[in-house]
Amino acid sequence: MTAIPTALKSRRAAAFDVERIRADFPILKLRIDGKPLVYLDNAASSQMPQPVIDRLVRYQTTQHANIHRAVHTLSETATSEYEEARRKLARFINAREECEVIFTSGTTESINLVMHGYGRKFIGTGDEIILTTLEHHSNIVPWQMLAEEKGAKIRVAPINDAGELLVDEYEKLFNERTKFVGVMHVSNALGTINPIKHMIAFAHARGVPVLIDGAQAAPHMHVDVQDLDCDFYAFSGHKLCGPTGIGILFGKAAALERMQPFKGGGDMILSVTFEKTTYNTIPHKFEAGTPPIAAAIGLGAAVDYLSAIGMDKIAAHELDLLNYATEQVNRMPGVRIIGTAEKKAAVLSFQVEGVHPHDVGTLLNQDGVAVRTGHHCAQPVMQRFGIPATSRASFAFYNTLAEVDALIAGIRNVQKIFG
Amino acid sequence: MGKAPSLRARGVGFHTSTHSPFSRVSTMADSKQLYQEVILDHNRKPRNYGALDNASHKAEGHNPLCGDHLSLTLNLDGERIDGIAFRGESCAICKASASMMTATVKGKNRADAETLIQEFRDMATGKLDWQKQPHHLGRLTVFAGVRDLPTRVKCAILPWHTLHAAFNAVASTSTEAEDDPMHAPIGDA
Repeated sequence: MTAIPTALKSRRAAAFDVERIRADFPILKLRIDGKPLVYLDNAASSQMPQPVIDRLVRYQTTQHANIHRAVHTLSETATSEYEEARRKLARFINAREECEVIFTSGTTESINLVMHGYGRKFIGTGDEIILTTLEHHSNIVPWQMLAEEKGAKIRVAPINDAGELLVDEYEKLFNERTKFVGVMHVSNALGTINPIKHMIAFAHARGVPVLIDGAQAAPHMHVDVQDLDCDFYAFSGHKLCGPTGIGILFGKAAALERMQPFKGGGDMILSVTFEKTTYNTIPHKFEAGTPPIAAAIGLGAAVDYLSAIGMDKIAAHELDLLNYATEQVNRMPGVRIIGTAEKKAAVLSFQVEGVHPHDVGTLLNQDGVAVRTGHHCAQPVMQRFGIPATSRASFAFYNTLAEVDALIAGIRNVQKIFG
Repeated sequence: MGKAPSLRARGVGFHTSTHSPFSRVSTMADSKQLYQEVILDHNRKPRNYGALDNASHKAEGHNPLCGDHLSLTLNLDGERIDGIAFRGESCAICKASASMMTATVKGKNRADAETLIQEFRDMATGKLDWQKQPHHLGRLTVFAGVRDLPTRVKCAILPWHTLHAAFNAVASTSTEAEDDPMHAPIGDA
C-alpha cells in the first residue's frame, strides 16, 4: 500500500469535507461488477449532485412550459426561471451583462456559432486563423471548414515536450492577415493551463479577437471573462455537474451585435414577412427554436452548487489530487506521464510501457476504476508525442486520495498481468 | 438496436440494500477471463508476424477509434491459404486475435476461413452462443468475453474483417465503415 500523506489529508480536511460532498452524488455509491466505482473520467463528463437532480425534477414537475411565448402562468414561470439561469451563469463567469450569455447545446455548438456568426462574416480569402497544437477537434474542425469555404489559412502554435504552448512561437504567427485566434484554456488531453490572459492581450494589441475553449477550465477554476478580456468563451454544462445538451457561449456584447445569426427559426426574430425578417436582440438572436429549458435551469442549479463550495477550494483540492497522483505515478517504473506542464489542471495522461491504453482501460474497469483511453479528440496532440493514444485519469472535487490509490493499485495490476 | 447489455447484465449495482436486486450481480465471467494466458502469450509472441514477400492478396485494417492498425498479407494456392502474415500496432486483444487467426486459417480453404470469420463475428457480437450452438472456433472461444465489452468488440474483430477484405481484394478496411459488409453492430457504444 502507498502511504497517504496524512499531513496533507488533515490540512485539507478542515477546509474541504470531501466525504460530505460525495454524499451529494448518488452515482458515486454505485458498484461496478462488485467493486466500488472510482470515477476518474471527469474531463469527459462529470457527475450530477442531488440538488441539481432535484432542480430538474422540480422544473418538470411544477414549472414546465415553453418560454418567451404565452401569457399563461406556467410559461411566465418557465421564462423567468430560464432567464434566472442565464443571470446565474453570467455571475459565475463575471460577464458584464446577461445578454452576453448565450445558451447553446455545448462547447462544440458554441464554437460553431462563432465560426458561422463571426467567421463567415468577417474572415475572407487569404485571412489567417491562429490555433494551437493542443486544441480539441471541436476547436479545429469548424475553422478548417471555414478556411476551406473562404480560402483562409490555419496557423498552428506549437508546444514543447512538456505539453506547454511555445508563447514566442505563437507571437511570431501574427501578421497583417491574422483575423482570429482560437485557443483552449486547459488541455483536455494533457491538463496544460495555457497563459491565455497574455495571449489575449497580445492578440488584442494587434486588433485580433480571441475565442477561448473553456470546456476543461470552467469546471475546475474561477473564470472571470472581464479579467481575461476574451471576446468569446465557450464551455459545456455536463462537465460542470449539469445536464448534457446545454452549454454556454459568452460573447462581448459588441461582438455579438455585429455577428450574423447562426440558426434561423422562432424566438430569434422580431418580425417575419416573406419579404424581410428582423432579427431579435442579443442573446435571443442566437437562440432559435425552443431551447433545452430544463437543462439550462439545471445548469443554473449546478453553478449555484459549485459556487457554494467555492471554485478556489475546488481548484485547491483537485491540485492536491493531481500532485499526489503525479508523485505516485512518477515512482512507478514503466509508467510515463504525457503532459508535464508546470501549470496543470487535474488531468493525468499516462502510458504503461508495453500495454495499449485500451487494455489498460479495460483492466482498470475490472477494478471499478473508470478512465478514458484513446486520442481524447486531440489527434494533433497525440501526433506531437508520436503515440496513438493515452490513458487519462481526470479528477473532480469529489474524488479522494484513496481513489488515487485505487488507480495506482489498478495500474500495478495491469503491469503484473502483462509482466 | 436492442442488443445493448442491460445494466444488470453488465454487473452494475448499488451499495445500498434497497437496491439489492442489482447488487453483486456478475455475468461478466467471460470478459473477466479475457486477459488469460493464451491471449497474453499471443500478444507477447505473435505468430506469423511480418509480411509475405509475394503475397497474392493483401489488405489494411484500421480502427479509427483507438488507432489500431494492421496489414495482412496472404498467399492463396487455388482456394487454399498457403501462407499468411500480419503486422501492425494494436491493443493486446487485436494482436492476439490476429495471431490466433493466422495460426488457425493457415492451410485451410478459403471457404472454411469465411465460415470462421462469420462465426467469430457472431460470437464476438453475442449472436452465437458458443457454449450451446455448433461452431468451428475451437480455442478462438477465448475471445467470447468481448461481447460484454461493446467498445472492445471491434478490437477482436478487426483482423477478421481485414482477412475478409483481403479475400475480396479490397484495398483497406475499417471497423467504422458503414458500408462494410462485415460491419458489426456493437450496441450503443
